[in-house]
Amino acid sequence: MTGAAPTASSAPEKLGKVRSAARDAGQWLAKLLLAPFAEIGALTKLFAEAIFWGIRPPYRVRLFVESMEFVGIGSVFLVSLTALFVGAVLALQLVDGFRDFGAENQTGAVIGLALAREVGPVFAALMVTSRAGSAMTTELGSMRVTNQIDALVTMAVNPVQYLVVPRVVAGFVMLPVLTMLFNVVGVFGAFSVAVFFLGLDPGVFMDRLQWLVDWDDVSQGLIKAMVFGVAVTLIACRQGFFAKGGAAGVGRATNRAVVHSAIAILMLDYLVTSMVLGEGLF
Amino acid sequence: MRVFRRNLMGVTRPQMAEEVKTNPIHVQIRDVHKSYGDHHVLRGVSLDIYRGKTNLVIGPSGSGKSVLMRQLIRLEKPDSGEIWVNGVDFARLAGLDLAARRRTFGMVFQMSALFDSMTVFDNVAFPLREHTDLPRKEIRARVMDRLEGLGIAEASHKMPAELSGGMQKRVAVARAMILESEILIYDEPTTGLDPITTEMVDDLIAEAEEMFGVTSVVISHDMASVVRIADYLNFLHEGQIAASGTPKQLLHTDHPATAEFIRASRITLD
Repeated sequence: MTGAAPTASSAPEKLGKVRSAARDAGQWLAKLLLAPFAEIGALTKLFAEAIFWGIRPPYRVRLFVESMEFVGIGSVFLVSLTALFVGAVLALQLVDGFRDFGAENQTGAVIGLALAREVGPVFAALMVTSRAGSAMTTELGSMRVTNQIDALVTMAVNPVQYLVVPRVVAGFVMLPVLTMLFNVVGVFGAFSVAVFFLGLDPGVFMDRLQWLVDWDDVSQGLIKAMVFGVAVTLIACRQGFFAKGGAAGVGRATNRAVVHSAIAILMLDYLVTSMVLGEGLF
Repeated sequence: MRVFRRNLMGVTRPQMAEEVKTNPIHVQIRDVHKSYGDHHVLRGVSLDIYRGKTNLVIGPSGSGKSVLMRQLIRLEKPDSGEIWVNGVDFARLAGLDLAARRRTFGMVFQMSALFDSMTVFDNVAFPLREHTDLPRKEIRARVMDRLEGLGIAEASHKMPAELSGGMQKRVAVARAMILESEILIYDEPTTGLDPITTEMVDDLIAEAEEMFGVTSVVISHDMASVVRIADYLNFLHEGQIAASGTPKQLLHTDHPATAEFIRASRITLD
């Protein structure tokens, strides 16, 4: 009889533990599933704040110029280098592939189209994310954990207006410029490899490119670049602005900023392409 | 004709002296609560901040001093309670109203919070550039005057990372004082400083009160500084003000936690 009592009391105890574990697992799963929506909500709120404070004076021209220099001028070398090799490798692959069925004279056209519509804006945005976006998150994150953002608030300076708006505007303005640079240098890289190494006729290469690529293709890429410019700077600022947990927290925020930006670029690329082409989302 | 110096808030010293007489309480904090999740940090804090005086909030680590400061300057919104400043409840302010009234306060952060992308000069000039239309020459004169007063004029071109902790603190004090706000809040201003710099910062706080009639709120657990500069003391214990009064009154308090804190700090008024 004495041995029965602990068995009877442990059954509800075990049931309670199972229920508690199930509740924890449910909460963890719900959190996991809702996290992307929470993140989109936080970004939307920050974007709305940036618009609100962006149209209000004072307009700190110096900050805008500095941000544009950092995002734009500072990325010229990296974007050019990437574009040169992307164009070169595209030429290698396409000439090799097209030669199998005697269509290598279309190389210029296909490379021009790919660069203008997709490769230019996507690669330029990824390069800006890796260079400028990560630096923005680190800078703002450090400012957050050392109370510099709080100091701005106590000095009656709105931190969104002072820190976020110039960076987002710089992304919006400079990424299309970098995309155009990517396109030009990419074509140059492709032309050099196709003509000087693989023996394609330079006249045919440029003629085919001009025949297929028109302003609509270039503008499609520029629209994407503007969207990507806002997205990557906003994500970088959001992660830095709300960083917590000291130096380690800033490191995690920077990591998240780069990953989120890369995912956002590819998802937005599909979204904008489907809208521009009028094909519907799926 | 006597010309009184007018501070950037447009108030002269005689006006401030009159205000001290007619309206001695500058800030009234009433029943302020603040929780973070399940952690109830402030449990109904009520205290008065006296105009033109140095008011200290002391208490052991983790008692909620810095959290109280963050509510007072509205870096965070209290869960409930009232913070009355010049007839306005700061606890209820939001958006542009709050932004417009923030200049009432100046703040010296514990870790200085200097902008590390700017020189010392630019850090101190920042509030003037943001909030005044003063010509460049006048800004330079005011900033250099303030830096000279603090003995750091030769460091004006340096970046904050090149300065010692004590020098950084002095730059932070200069930045907080430059707009001549009505109320200056110091969060642990002497933590980590050597005795000479500590005395210098204490003198600065006293000087700000004397020269500009500034109301000072100092969050501290440095009892030596407390005795040197405090006009009024408030002891924060377990999220509530456990005892208030002049240093003399608090040094002879019979409140057990306050008495224990003071006894442990081995401080006497002599």
